[in-house]
Amino acid sequence: MRALVFLEHHAGGLAAGSLGLLAKAATLDPEVAAVIVGGAPLDGLAADAGKHGATTVYLAEDDTYDPPLPQPRVDVVEQIVRDHGFDTVLFSNSVLAADVAAALAVRLDAGVNWDLVDVEVRGGDLIGRRPAQEDSVVLEVGWTSEPRVALFRPGSFEPSATGGEARTERVEVALQPHSRAAVVRERVLRTEEGPSIEDADVVVAGGIGLGSAEAFALAEDLAAAVDGAVGATRAAVYKGWYPHTAQIGQTGKTVSPRLYFALGISGAVQHKVGMQSSKVIVAINKDPNAPIFEFSDLAVVGDVHAIVPRLTELLRARQGSERKGSA
Amino acid sequence: MKIAVCVKHVPCGRVRMQPDTLRLERGGPGELNEFDKHAVEEAIRCAERDGAEVVAISIGAPDADESLRTALALGAERAVHVCDPQAAGSDLVATAKLLAAVLEQEAPDLVLFGQQSSDGGGAVLWAAVAERLRWPFACQASELTVTDGTVTVRRETEYGHDVIDAPLPAIVAVSDAINEPRYTSLKGRMAAKKKPLAVLTVGDLGLDAADVGAAGSRTVVLAVAPPASRGTTVTVDDEAGAAEAIVAFLAERELV
Repeated sequence: MRALVFLEHHAGGLAAGSLGLLAKAATLDPEVAAVIVGGAPLDGLAADAGKHGATTVYLAEDDTYDPPLPQPRVDVVEQIVRDHGFDTVLFSNSVLAADVAAALAVRLDAGVNWDLVDVEVRGGDLIGRRPAQEDSVVLEVGWTSEPRVALFRPGSFEPSATGGEARTERVEVALQPHSRAAVVRERVLRTEEGPSIEDADVVVAGGIGLGSAEAFALAEDLAAAVDGAVGATRAAVYKGWYPHTAQIGQTGKTVSPRLYFALGISGAVQHKVGMQSSKVIVAINKDPNAPIFEFSDLAVVGDVHAIVPRLTELLRARQGSERKGSA
Repeated sequence: MKIAVCVKHVPCGRVRMQPDTLRLERGGPGELNEFDKHAVEEAIRCAERDGAEVVAISIGAPDADESLRTALALGAERAVHVCDPQAAGSDLVATAKLLAAVLEQEAPDLVLFGQQSSDGGGAVLWAAVAERLRWPFACQASELTVTDGTVTVRRETEYGHDVIDAPLPAIVAVSDAINEPRYTSLKGRMAAKKKPLAVLTVGDLGLDAADVGAAGSRTVVLAVAPPASRGTTVTVDDEAGAAEAIVAFLAERELV
């Protein structure tokens, strides 16, 4: 298999989901090729890709690519796939990556399987695994032709720091006229600190059980203590307690962090779909019969208002002593 | 101006896979995909504001006309239903071919999609359709305006938002944060019965059977398996010592 990994980056760093894909690609083929598209400079990102398992990094470096638009990226990836004969292109899902993947599939007359959580080679065929029916089953999906496009849930794979070095190759691509039609007139970046929900290793999500918008401070404090991001259920968002952009679930974002805290969340199917592929789920809820406990690793029956401040304090103290220890 | 809205008829409630065909069960009651209501609403608001003809388009089994009637009841003027057994089982690429063919015939200025379908279909169809037509597109629109042949979209992203301008014709997938969809009224439902609803076959779109359905698809569902087990749940029901118990649990798994 000759796979090409699409690496997404933001604010000078590669997205965690992209780094995880490099680790997965290395298990499929020791030669791991990747592509980075963006404004100059990209060398630091290429070096970071090398440290995480990429052996070749194609760089499309031009200020034209600075705005995060999908269509110019389709032109770049298409040319690399055609020039170098890649049979598979791997993407970690995001607003941008999903658009690139689907449009690329059309350009290459390729099949695209999305929302994958894993992929393996079996009998020479590539088989993807996609949760379906509100994640109650897993579908095994395949491609009937090459090239193949695969779009994964972010957080499906752990990044692995191999410490290697990638060969870089610059590519120049003439953009299609329609790929230059859309323009970004304005970019507004959220200024809040900490990782985005999609990239965070730890997500702290709050639901109706928090009781008020003010109580989301409990979630924010806990998240700050563990360098996590804050999420919310649809019900909490509808009550106006937290922004829509933080919504996790069927109608919001799908996350699979290493650790997921569910604070005062009942675990309705609508929410479950967005978070149940998290590696470890810790749920705190007053109701011992809350459905969330059925798919939690640690089920804590009790009041979030009583437990979370103390938990935050303990974790803060722990992080503090670790920092002292490593200094 | 002419606005096309692409909508999907989805099963009500929980979706099930047919074990023999590995396709979704489509026999039960269905409804207009919740997310597509936001696209219909936005099209109608554009029409009310700027003046436009709104055409609802759907690909699906015969009962998909129910969702098209809902779109008509909400305010669309016409509907187009691609209804052909040859199209059943189309994957994303094949579905994009069908929709692009309809849109080529309709030649709208603006095409709207919902952000996803509630039955597990991909959330990326608009990008595939736009690429077939070689039109610009934008997704996750939480605001949309049309001025002088350009659509301006506020796109919500993981990191904030972008304001994107695209010349028409263009495709926009709207976020469910863009509006609060209206409900159908009795008057609207009565009027919908008299509005034109065209039914097209694959042949009417100038496509062959080989372009669509399983034959025109590049992906396949091979098997349905149970999900990976999460293992056992550890329960803590001592509220006073809960914080310490959580830290111990996380430390044991090297998560803190």
